[in-house]
Amino acid sequence: MRRSDAIAAVLSKISDELVVAANGWISRETCAASDRAENFYMLGSMGLASPIALGLALARPERRVVVFDGDGNLLMTLGTLAMIGDLRPPNFLHIVFDNEVYGSTGGQRSATTNIALDALALAAGYGDVRRAVTANELDAAIDALLAGTGPAFLLVKVNAESNGTAPRVPYEPDALTTRVRAALGIA
Amino acid sequence: MNRSAIFIEMLREAGFDFFTGVPDSTFQPLLAEFSSRPELGYVTAVSENVAVGIATGSHLGGRRPVIFMQNSGLALAMNALGSLAAIYRIPMLLVIGWRGHDGTDSPEHAVLGAATPALLEALRLPFFIPDAESLRSDVACAAQALDTQPGPCALICKPGVLC
Repeated sequence: MRRSDAIAAVLSKISDELVVAANGWISRETCAASDRAENFYMLGSMGLASPIALGLALARPERRVVVFDGDGNLLMTLGTLAMIGDLRPPNFLHIVFDNEVYGSTGGQRSATTNIALDALALAAGYGDVRRAVTANELDAAIDALLAGTGPAFLLVKVNAESNGTAPRVPYEPDALTTRVRAALGIA
Repeated sequence: MNRSAIFIEMLREAGFDFFTGVPDSTFQPLLAEFSSRPELGYVTAVSENVAVGIATGSHLGGRRPVIFMQNSGLALAMNALGSLAAIYRIPMLLVIGWRGHDGTDSPEHAVLGAATPALLEALRLPFFIPDAESLRSDVACAAQALDTQPGPCALICKPGVLC
């Protein structure tokens, strides 16, 4: 699967979920596929997609939060898996688009070439852990996970692509803060 | 009320309603107070940069966060503060335990102890260094700074100032 296709496929099934998209191509491709006020795009601070989503999920337990994470991003803050497994927020869905490389910096190999992030999530205490390699598997997994409760984890294996075509996120960072809060009815 | 409970009340009166952080030994009584009051929802983070991420998410969800950390963790959180909290204008109060403030602490605190205010200055973040008498007014001033200039603001606390 191409990552951009996988991201678009997940977004096509999402309704009122809040989405936290990791910095780099994941944010750009999320914005290009389906820009919505409930999306929060990270521009920098690599590694913090899952912590941001955790804080949001704890603050708004009535809303489901979906993280669009990357393998390099998650590897930077693996300890967050333990926090999520410990705190067990039922509204937390963690999706990792794993291309086994640092794509935004030229395609350098990442540790997930050999290390299974879904096995780490299971060991950390996530309740529902799945893996999708094909588009059909992704469709089925998303349907099941959106119907269930968390904390849940989906590892999506995608092609290693160093370059995408999606443009940069066209918003100033503080405008993204205001936009997500407004979508939640916060002044 | 013990001093820890009094400080938590100061924070709550200033509107803070989400508490996270990484344990610092100089905050032990304060952390014990949080531990004895689960309704406050204190979240123990695995690292200080992760705490900045969690605080950011809580603000997106409508909360007003406080992060407790040791100054060694401030160094770890620099990128999160600059590349996330500052540019996204996320109001968050950093309550920093200041090890090595006077050069007499153990060796691992010497370099960052001396550098702590300069780290915040480098990020152009406002901060206060309270003593026991100024603590209440410094919390109020910090809360005001968060409202007028959204972003991180810090209290750098020598041992014994808070609890």
